[in-house]
Amino acid sequence: MKVVFERPESLLGNKTIYCPGCNHGIIHRLVAEAIDELGLRESTVGVAPVGCAVLLYDYFNFDIVEAPHGRAPAMATAMKRVRPNLTIFTYQGDGDLASIGMAEIMHAANRGDSLTVVFVNNANYGMTGGQMAPTTLPGQKTTTTPMGRVEKQHGFPFRMAEIIGGLPAVAYSSRVSVTNPKNIMKAKKAIKKAFENQVNDKGFSFVEVLSTCPTNWGMSPVDAIKWIDDVMSVYYPLGVFKDIDEEVQK
Amino acid sequence: MSDKVLMKGNEAIAEAAVRAGLVGYFGYPITPQNEVTAYMSWRMPELGRAFVQAESELAAINMVYGAGATGVRVMTTSSSPGIALMQEGISYMCGAEVPAVIVNITRGGPGLGNIGPSQCDYNQATRGGGNGDYKLLVYAPHTIQEAIDLVYKSFDKAEKYRNPVMILGDGALGQMAEAVVLPEMREIVDEDKGWELNGAKGRAPRSVKSLRLAEGKLKEHNWHLKRKYDEMEANEVEYEYLENDYEILIVAFGTAARVAKSAIKTLNEDGLKVGLFRPITISPYPYDALRDASKNAKKILVAEMNTGQMLFDVKLAVCDDSKIEFIGKPGGEVFAPDEIIEKVKNMVGG
Ligand SMILES: Cc1ncc(C[n+]2csc(CCOP(=O)(O)OP(=O)(O)O)c2C)c(N)n1
Ligand code: SF4
Repeated sequence: MKVVFERPESLLGNKTIYCPGCNHGIIHRLVAEAIDELGLRESTVGVAPVGCAVLLYDYFNFDIVEAPHGRAPAMATAMKRVRPNLTIFTYQGDGDLASIGMAEIMHAANRGDSLTVVFVNNANYGMTGGQMAPTTLPGQKTTTTPMGRVEKQHGFPFRMAEIIGGLPAVAYSSRVSVTNPKNIMKAKKAIKKAFENQVNDKGFSFVEVLSTCPTNWGMSPVDAIKWIDDVMSVYYPLGVFKDIDEEVQK
Repeated sequence: MSDKVLMKGNEAIAEAAVRAGLVGYFGYPITPQNEVTAYMSWRMPELGRAFVQAESELAAINMVYGAGATGVRVMTTSSSPGIALMQEGISYMCGAEVPAVIVNITRGGPGLGNIGPSQCDYNQATRGGGNGDYKLLVYAPHTIQEAIDLVYKSFDKAEKYRNPVMILGDGALGQMAEAVVLPEMREIVDEDKGWELNGAKGRAPRSVKSLRLAEGKLKEHNWHLKRKYDEMEANEVEYEYLENDYEILIVAFGTAARVAKSAIKTLNEDGLKVGLFRPITISPYPYDALRDASKNAKKILVAEMNTGQMLFDVKLAVCDDSKIEFIGKPGGEVFAPDEIIEKVKNMVGG
């Protein structure tokens, strides 16, 4: 019998604590597949965020360090500098990366170390119960924007993939989603490239993944997927915002 | 012949760390410790080691946390308001048991305060400062040579206990220059210690973390940490005790103790019986030794460049408040020996 589908070696068999319909699980799998395919499992150290993905060490079959809220990129910079042979990636939510850790991500990207950042944008703070994030959409209701996000009061959402893509030391910045098989394939390609760039010492690589939070959005898993396709992807267009390889080809 | 060199305190601290086998230095500028960062910016790359000027103290201490979690020797240095920002990372490192050396060349506070030498961060250094049940091993050197030796030693202690170690100096120590002897350059050995994150090659994956959600796990961990601090208390307490025949015992640490030494010399010459007790570790505090020393004293004078922070520990050790007097110098200034001399003379009814 031919095996056509099995768990990647980089993923442990543990059940995740994520809510039904949450995309964190799919994104973990894509990260694990990319690491397996590049043969990096035994040289990788992941940096876990504070947020729903805090328990990465329960899910990944390689070394994990757990960062304080938002500080993962600073840790990653130093880890790469003292052990350049390791593959270092951070896995961060939008509250973690774009709010409390905004300084750390901007400076790590700007230093241009060959690091990989997987940025999970679910337009709210999942773990603490659905408060406004820097990525919450205009008009979107959260527990701290009960009347919907109003730009004049709450400011505008940050488009992180575009912002990071604008920095000179960045090798790659893109935005993907995992709402259907085609998008999942694209997301996989982007994540794999972000790791490949690290292996080839090309510079900082960033992948923003639009992700569901059915629990806090108050939607069914199916409606949450639809909301990403119909609403979120309009405000946050999928695509590549920087790729130094493309520039070379031009 | 000893190889004495004239060095500024901050630069001597930097070189001592380099010689101890430092692999990564991460810092953010703040007076009066800037010479450390400047020194490291050329010294570390020259040796093929890592130097990063962080974007903030928050980033600096988390760089230390990350690099330390991979099992190499790491350090940061800062001064009071910077250390205040680092408390988040220090708490995480204690929770996750990541060794590192943190140097605080203090200035006057609270807030932005001033850039003068002060001892006003004693409580912050010895009582935690960040959240949670944790303690640091804290050394308070009073000369540059002692600072060099303690920095060099701190890395071993940090690794032994898997806990950050702090060197608490002040602006005077950092800024003055003295003739010193530097320790030997240690070879960097990268042997697996069994906990660090260096890629799960041929072994089960490891994690370095402070989160402990499962029922009872945090309680268990905090008792484990407490046992570690008890072990430090049993093995690491250090103090200097000028055990001459005394009626008055001065208790002081760091720069204040250095000034007290000159004051005591004069007082002894004037025929007054004055001794010195100088804690070298201010955490764990040498309570037992001070309790014993206090028995021979009619009066005890606590001299600190603050409004009275170690005073609390002296009271805990001595258990007789009526014996204890205090002289303070808050606001980023060093005592003049005369101030201490005058105070002692008043105490003996002069
Ligand atoms: C210093 C600090 N502030 C606040 C918190 C509380 N906190 C935990 S998770 C979180 C939000 C995480 O949201 P996000 O990064 O978007 O991740 P998600 O849970 O949505 O995956 C917050 C604010 C904390 N743990 N530490
Ligand atoms: S709260 Fe939201 S982000 Fe967190 S696990 Fe549940 S669905 Fe996922």
